[in-house]
Amino acid sequence: MGPLLLRHPSRARREHTVITPDRTPVARAGTTPPQRQVALVDLLDRLLSGGVVVTGDLVLTVADIDLVRISLRALITSISDRNPAPWAEARPAGRTGPP
Amino acid sequence: MSDTSLTYAYAVARDRTPALVAEAGALTGVAGAPVHLLRSDRTTAPVAVVSPVPAEDFHEEALRRHLEDLGWLEVLARAHHGVIEALTACATLLPLRLATVYLDEDRVRAMLDHNQELFLDALARLDGHVELGVKLYIEAAPDTSAATTAPPEPALSPGRAYLRRRRSEQDARDDAHRAAEQAAERIAAVARSHAVQWARHRVQEGELATGPGQNVTNDAYLVPIAHAHAFREEVLRATDGFNGLRVEVTGPWAPYSFATLPEPGASTP
Repeated sequence: MGPLLLRHPSRARREHTVITPDRTPVARAGTTPPQRQVALVDLLDRLLSGGVVVTGDLVLTVADIDLVRISLRALITSISDRNPAPWAEARPAGRTGPP
Repeated sequence: MSDTSLTYAYAVARDRTPALVAEAGALTGVAGAPVHLLRSDRTTAPVAVVSPVPAEDFHEEALRRHLEDLGWLEVLARAHHGVIEALTACATLLPLRLATVYLDEDRVRAMLDHNQELFLDALARLDGHVELGVKLYIEAAPDTSAATTAPPEPALSPGRAYLRRRRSEQDARDDAHRAAEQAAERIAAVARSHAVQWARHRVQEGELATGPGQNVTNDAYLVPIAHAHAFREEVLRATDGFNGLRVEVTGPWAPYSFATLPEPGASTP
């Protein structure tokens, strides 16, 4: 990650710019400088809709799961002060992925 | 306690270079297990980055249940990302969708063989590129202070005062959105000179979107590494001269948003 890490431009008060010890369970040999932890919301944007979906003898991928059912998805996309969405059962799964 | 394990696949890479082998061997991944590279018998096939995961947590029903738990999902997402991020420094990777789990390593080898051409094409397309995220925010809440603090004109009925206040709020919102459109057009111009592909994500709202302001665009661009610095600097200037707008650039990311394969049966462009 080191060689590719560019300066993060956003404001220092933003949660994801705070330098925190790496909380991931990934341990690297040798010393690793503390990394800027990416914002969970930016990460989930990518991990829940990006990445290749391969067919084959899978047990499961996130792609198979109706994300509307995942409380987390609702947390990301719809619940806010402006829009205190109930746990709408009928909301369509409007997955916005890469074009 | 189950002693069976499943195989979690993170990404695909072109080949098993010494640097990639060494870096992967130093990683622990999801569920704390060691990461390694997997190759099929075909020497021309790409390799997969994998680690074992406990069946009791990753079989279908358990995974569905766990994914409802934000804390569990965060640990999974960060572990998945940590592996990919570490390996991106030494190889072009084609990330797989989060929680891609196989029954065993043989199934992963079969998957590699089956998709060999598609994977190699995708890796060639992504080689030498990074993903950068660009988010545009309308920062200031519409400025209604004048309308709300100024005492209403005595001649105005409460109804008309309300309508006037709404009108002024609407005007402020319209101004902010017009400014945002112009900034977005500047970003598009930067992208035309530096980026090769574009993907649109959902606008961020809700509890996880912790930043101030209203997110109005949330995009990802695939940018040649040589252009990444210029892209970032120019995008950050897109809001110059506009009050109440903010632009954020995130990354570089592994090319998550551009890790796609052609639809089966679709003609390749």
